[in-house]
Amino acid sequence: MSDDAVPVGERRQLAPPVDDSGALGWMRRHLFSSWSNGITTVVLVVAIGWILSNFLEWAVFTANLTAATGSECRGGGACWALIREKYRYIFFGSFPYEQHWRPLFAVIAMLAMLVLSADRRMWNWRLLVIWGVGSFVTFLLMFGQIHIPLSLFLFVALAVGGIGMNLRKAIANTGEMNTYRALAAVGLVGLVLRIVGILPAWSLAIAPLSYVETSLWGGIPVTMILATYGLAFAFPYGVLLALGRRSNLPLIKGLCVGFIELIRGVPLISLLIMASVMLPLFLPSGTTIDKFLRAQVAVILFAGAYIAEVIRGGLQSLPKGQFEAADAMGLSYPQKTLLIILPQALRVVIPPLINTFIGFFKDTSLVLIIGIFDFLNTANQALVDPNWAGFPGEVYLFAAFIYFIFCFSMSRYSKYLEVELNKGTRR
Amino acid sequence: MAVAALGSAPRVKVAPWNDPVVRGWVFQIVVVGLVAALAWYLVSNTIDNLNRQKIASGFDYLGREAGFEIGDTMIAYSPASTYARAIWVGILNTLRVAVLGIILSTILGTLIGVGRLSPNWLLSKICEWYVEAFRNVPLLLWLFLFYKLISEAFPGPRQAISVLWQSVFLSNRGLYFPVPMADPIHKWMGVALLVGIAGAVALHRWAKKRQEATGQPFPSISTGFGVAIGLPLLVWLAAGAPSTMSWPQLKGFNFEGGTVIQPEFTALLVGLVLYTSAFVAEIVRSGILALHKGQSEAAAALGLSRGQAMRLVLLPQALRVIVPPMTSQYLNITKNSSLAIAIGYPDLVASINVTINQTGQAIENILLIMAAYLSVSLSISAFMNWYNKRIALTER
Amino acid sequence: MAAKAARDLSNVASVIELRSVNKWFGQFHVLSDINLDVKEGEKIVICGPSGSGKSTLIRCINRLEEHQAGDIIVDGVTLSNDVKNIEAIRREVGMVFQSFNLFPHLTILDNLTLAPIWVKKTPKKEAEEIAMSLLNRVRIPEQALKYPGQLSGGQQQRVAIARALCMRPKIMLFDEPTSALDPEMVKEVLDVMIELAREGMTMLCVTHEMGFARAVADRVIFMDRGEIVEQNEPEEFFANPQNERTKLFLGQILHH
Repeated sequence: MSDDAVPVGERRQLAPPVDDSGALGWMRRHLFSSWSNGITTVVLVVAIGWILSNFLEWAVFTANLTAATGSECRGGGACWALIREKYRYIFFGSFPYEQHWRPLFAVIAMLAMLVLSADRRMWNWRLLVIWGVGSFVTFLLMFGQIHIPLSLFLFVALAVGGIGMNLRKAIANTGEMNTYRALAAVGLVGLVLRIVGILPAWSLAIAPLSYVETSLWGGIPVTMILATYGLAFAFPYGVLLALGRRSNLPLIKGLCVGFIELIRGVPLISLLIMASVMLPLFLPSGTTIDKFLRAQVAVILFAGAYIAEVIRGGLQSLPKGQFEAADAMGLSYPQKTLLIILPQALRVVIPPLINTFIGFFKDTSLVLIIGIFDFLNTANQALVDPNWAGFPGEVYLFAAFIYFIFCFSMSRYSKYLEVELNKGTRR
Repeated sequence: MAVAALGSAPRVKVAPWNDPVVRGWVFQIVVVGLVAALAWYLVSNTIDNLNRQKIASGFDYLGREAGFEIGDTMIAYSPASTYARAIWVGILNTLRVAVLGIILSTILGTLIGVGRLSPNWLLSKICEWYVEAFRNVPLLLWLFLFYKLISEAFPGPRQAISVLWQSVFLSNRGLYFPVPMADPIHKWMGVALLVGIAGAVALHRWAKKRQEATGQPFPSISTGFGVAIGLPLLVWLAAGAPSTMSWPQLKGFNFEGGTVIQPEFTALLVGLVLYTSAFVAEIVRSGILALHKGQSEAAAALGLSRGQAMRLVLLPQALRVIVPPMTSQYLNITKNSSLAIAIGYPDLVASINVTINQTGQAIENILLIMAAYLSVSLSISAFMNWYNKRIALTER
Repeated sequence: MAAKAARDLSNVASVIELRSVNKWFGQFHVLSDINLDVKEGEKIVICGPSGSGKSTLIRCINRLEEHQAGDIIVDGVTLSNDVKNIEAIRREVGMVFQSFNLFPHLTILDNLTLAPIWVKKTPKKEAEEIAMSLLNRVRIPEQALKYPGQLSGGQQQRVAIARALCMRPKIMLFDEPTSALDPEMVKEVLDVMIELAREGMTMLCVTHEMGFARAVADRVIFMDRGEIVEQNEPEEFFANPQNERTKLFLGQILHH
């Protein structure tokens, strides 16, 4: 029976009991809701307080920022003066000191490429432009001088012509199709002539800045290049592996499965050692491969297998009806895959792809085993200086902090994308 | 009305180049052909180069004397031992770190994952920060940090810190502590342990039958545990409790006797465990979160206690979601142990690396590494496939 | 369904008493001064718009939700933070959920025998006999060894009812039991509930199925914005709603 005193509906909406709301109520619910909870809170507060006060004592209150040599810095708090002394080397390696703006802008260019690539609005011809321009800028800045060989131009002509002919067969008018055919023909003939040796090895030279060879590269740019171009090249080959693994043709499927399992089953270190030791054996004697390139190839091979598995997950999540509808429309396999299947599958796997990229970014630290000066190696080298010996904590914590900033931002961006991407699909 | 029997559909004549089956095979043969051509090119170059550099082939080198020292070995080894033995020491060291790493990171990771779901805000936030801190920094960096801290924080053996009345010594050469001297009774204790475990299993079976018959539950897990531990203990007591130990003594520049946990091993294990626990915590947490809230409500509404609900309803379902990614983390620990080479722990990759440098026979050694790691990863994959098939929820 | 004759329950004991029960979700006052008396054997249907607190009300009765003020007394036991009290109450109160909540990793038979074996310590054979007899009552004995994933929605809900009944509860709570079912399966579940009602079970049912209310309910309660707005016998309730909000609600749901 309802209350007779106050008519229904006129009852004022009461506020909850006082000790249940506001800051006090929140603390009561979240920190002291039961005996065990309360004791946990007290223990944790005491433990954290002790740890934090000791750490801050070392890292902030007694820290030394102004020392000029290592011995001045000893005995006391953290020696951040070491970082102040050496941060340029840690960030940029042995790159010529006055030209550090070059690797800095190269890093910015690569970050811009990555951020834009994850934006779905860019998923068309714009992506190629972004990567083309971005890579050109990056390597121009890092090398200082670029020689673009004729073969590359011919290859691009062939690719554009071939893909254009295949994809736009139904839509394009005769003029456009003829352009594609011409491009493909020029590209094919030119490449054949080039391989045979009739066309000379000509290259377009662009040389606005001084040349800096790869052995002088170091620090963040090296880590970024290895990770970015590892991902960039591994991506198409990972897609091919994933498609091959799902194929009905037994030989193709077998090759792809075998390759993927092989790469995923061994540690990256063994691949790096393989690359540095075996690559010279695989190629005709006399050819030397730049050490940096060897590391990059190993990272690409490694990344592709993992990317293949992520993309395979995306392909598996597509409803079968998508494949059937595409077939029913009479699309060929390349058309079906490029226009219908991959765009949907890739959209789904962007968050796990970004996580995979974060993994590679961290894994590039392993190249120090074969002597490449990535960011972790340059930090390591900063410790070797006898003037500043004995401060591993400061250097490693600083390096950890920088890595953390990069990786944490990327994972936050990935979470943001997940929400954004789901906006279109949720009912 | 009689229905005329349908004859088989007439075969349409298809030109071979339009037949999808033919096309498929042609494509495959072309691709395999290209791959084979590439392989032949690489192999012939390799043979060429090997001959040119007068590098031997074959696995005979495994019988030769190794000639290098290994700092941390589980079995007897000296520079006079063969390469094969050196590689075997490496494999054992890798397994030692991997198995311990798997066990410890599972425990720690589960605790942190559950802690993240705790109603205590402070605990949950701390666990969250732990996970974020370790996941966003490379493992190698943690290894370097821990190794440097351990080796520089502790004094040399002559000024070693001693605890427990001069029985345990901590120095930058490792943690030395006493171990029981080998005694014949240990064999019997081992036998007693096996008997105890068998007894615990039998006890569990009997308790289950009893519960089905009478409804009375029996604490078979705790008693089983007690039996498995208690039996060896009884054997030891019955033999007069022999307790002669081997004590670490400072002799010259280092300790002798007792047993040691070296800083390389410690740094590697600590780094691996802390790093992987962060990932395990996320896996456990998402497994628990994947559970439909209604499951715990239904269990509660039926009157099951929290422990019973966890054991009978929630955990079996959570494990389905947890086990696949968990096994790939185990695989990662095994592969990540290869980072040992960066801090000087003599694992498999380190042994092979030295062998390559000394014999020059890169191909054979690389094949050995790949065979070793592949056998581990393929068996883990096979186990996962079997497990997934077995526990798949039966649906329409 | 034939309309139910009014019953005189004034001499029957109360099995559930709610006195001035208030609950807040943060600042939101979800249950506002609820007073309710449920007699033994009484069947009550609670209806109202979404957000009115009707589900929260019955979930407070078996402590799936905690009330912040007021008293809830079930079968003489006052609901509090005392774990023993909560367990005792949950043994006497069975609940059927909108999303069935069967345990997907167990067979139907195991779903039913789980609680009797582990909570009431019933021997397995006895528990299975009880389970089979209940499966017979809900008319799906042949599904005993299947898994929930293999059954239709209507079958799953009937199993859920049988699972709650295996504990021999005094009171049955139903939280929108047919809302998640396809239309053609609603009848089979309602039939089971009507049979249960006719056998004398005390039932508290949150539902929109007004035909069911007319057939078995002793009282229909209308809740809105956390308050009990109106309650009456079904005939009177549907024919002569007193409050404006009740009229509005009935107008919205009764036109089809």
